[in-house]
Amino acid sequence: MTARLRFILGRLVQAVPIVLGIIILNFLLLHLAPGDVATVLAGEAGGAPPEYVAQLRHDFGLDQPLWIQLLLYIKNILSLDLGYSFRQSMPVLQLILERLGPTLLLMGTTLLISVGFGVLLGLIAAMRVRRWADTMISILAIIAYATPLFWIGLMLIVLFSIKLDWLPTTGMETVAAFYEGWDRVLDIAWHLVLPALTLSLFYMALYTRLMRAAMLEQAGMEYVTTARAKGLTERRITFRHILRNAFLPVLTIVGVQIGSLLGGSVIVEAVFAWPGLGQLAFQSLFARDFNLLLGIFFLSAGLVVIVNLVVDVIYTLLDPRIEAR
Amino acid sequence: MIRASLWQRFAASRSGLIGLAILVLVLILAASAPVFFPGDPFAIVDKPFLPPFGTHLLGTDSLGRDMAAGIAHGAGTSLMIGLVATLAALFIGTLIGAFAGFYGGLVDNLLMRLTELFQTIPSFIFAIVLVAILSPSLSSTIIAIAVVSWPPIARLVRGEFLSLRRREFVEAAIVLGMGDLQMIFRQILPNCLSAIIVTGSLLVATAILVESALAFLGLGDPNIMSWGFMIGAGRTYLRTAWWLCAIPGIAILLTVLAINLVGEGLNDALNPRLRTL
Repeated sequence: MTARLRFILGRLVQAVPIVLGIIILNFLLLHLAPGDVATVLAGEAGGAPPEYVAQLRHDFGLDQPLWIQLLLYIKNILSLDLGYSFRQSMPVLQLILERLGPTLLLMGTTLLISVGFGVLLGLIAAMRVRRWADTMISILAIIAYATPLFWIGLMLIVLFSIKLDWLPTTGMETVAAFYEGWDRVLDIAWHLVLPALTLSLFYMALYTRLMRAAMLEQAGMEYVTTARAKGLTERRITFRHILRNAFLPVLTIVGVQIGSLLGGSVIVEAVFAWPGLGQLAFQSLFARDFNLLLGIFFLSAGLVVIVNLVVDVIYTLLDPRIEAR
Repeated sequence: MIRASLWQRFAASRSGLIGLAILVLVLILAASAPVFFPGDPFAIVDKPFLPPFGTHLLGTDSLGRDMAAGIAHGAGTSLMIGLVATLAALFIGTLIGAFAGFYGGLVDNLLMRLTELFQTIPSFIFAIVLVAILSPSLSSTIIAIAVVSWPPIARLVRGEFLSLRRREFVEAAIVLGMGDLQMIFRQILPNCLSAIIVTGSLLVATAILVESALAFLGLGDPNIMSWGFMIGAGRTYLRTAWWLCAIPGIAILLTVLAINLVGEGLNDALNPRLRTL
């Protein structure tokens, strides 16, 4: 077995207790939530006799000891049964899968923009350290870092949608237009501009600052002196040696920040009425549909675990030291 | 002497000083709110939608409430929630990190798995779920922010403890027969304080951002004026009265920026070797 495969398998094994922990936490939160399935169902039916509620509790296994309920819950989750949303009359999993696409589209676009521009700006700042380009980039980054996401979104709407009338304010597509094929793709892209830009600014600032710091740190390393002594050009040292090493901490933080990106997506979706998981979470929140809310909570935590595994795999491809260990 | 040189090192960073100046202004604003704007900031004082710089400095909102009063009272809310939530997170994080780093082995393993679990869960969504289950109020906002923000502190304190517990002064304390708790809190913890203070100060800024986002989504305490709530209330009128959203947002931006700048200044002054993220 190669070292790379062993590394990835090790990470997989580490993920097991995390997933189990998430399931248990989810179960506990569901129990903390006011009202159980039986009372919700009885409430939907417009009130019901206590015997009926007791019968429902028995049918759902709610009269069992807590640990048996937990085992039952784990079994359900592992067979991907996240329960039923009685408000929306649909299985939770199906509701979530319908909304996953738009959220992944928003997050993916944001990742591309923020990592791409963040790395680029950080690189420029580090190459022009303490000159005006560096100062400007650093000031803009520190301001973007302190701005509330939802506020940026609203201000972009004021500027680009209301005052300039360039971009649509809300939604993911012009439903009434019935676009098909490339027209529909363009329409969605057009709607995507403002939400993706809003969500990107904070992370762009984060990756810019990180990239700048990592570039400056790597530039002081001994291998750079060696490369210079070999007579390599500064351009080659910067782009082939320093850049590659400086990218590793950025990649690590991309993995760490996935959860926060999901949270940011909830806010941005609320601002732009983007029909993703965040919208769904928002609706379930105000309908007090805890089954659905916790289903979203579970799947978003699961998504973070999966993305982190993917980042680990990319890491092994970029960092040859893992192979050597 | 030490205090003077600490101040001198902090004052060496211009951005730190700018941050401190803004922060002092926000503090004065919060402290003077009951003096300049006595009474309920939710009270209706005039016609709705009066623009800023008229009879009321910042105008009135959609119900005719004084925007300036809201901003002044909101300053107190933001700072208070940011500070209390951070202190609670520091308390949890320091305890967990200290025990993990001091005892090592199985204790460390279990506590760090717990930390990892809380770090994996998307923190903002977790905060939303917690507030929704506890039902929106001041205390549930603080609890939610504290519960989602302690893991980085625990990691930091654990790391400090791991490196400090092999030092000679700890060995001397062991030889003296000092109890574990006394060693943790009297001997090792004081040596981690500078790192904890820096991370804590940056955490206040994050806590204020989370609080404003929760209030914006309608999950804040309905009886307490806050900047996030004002933005949420004004967003319906974005087309006709965009300043209802713009003004509280600028207040959040300036406050969070100031705290970040102060935190970085403190970092440079207290731990010259540590990098900030």
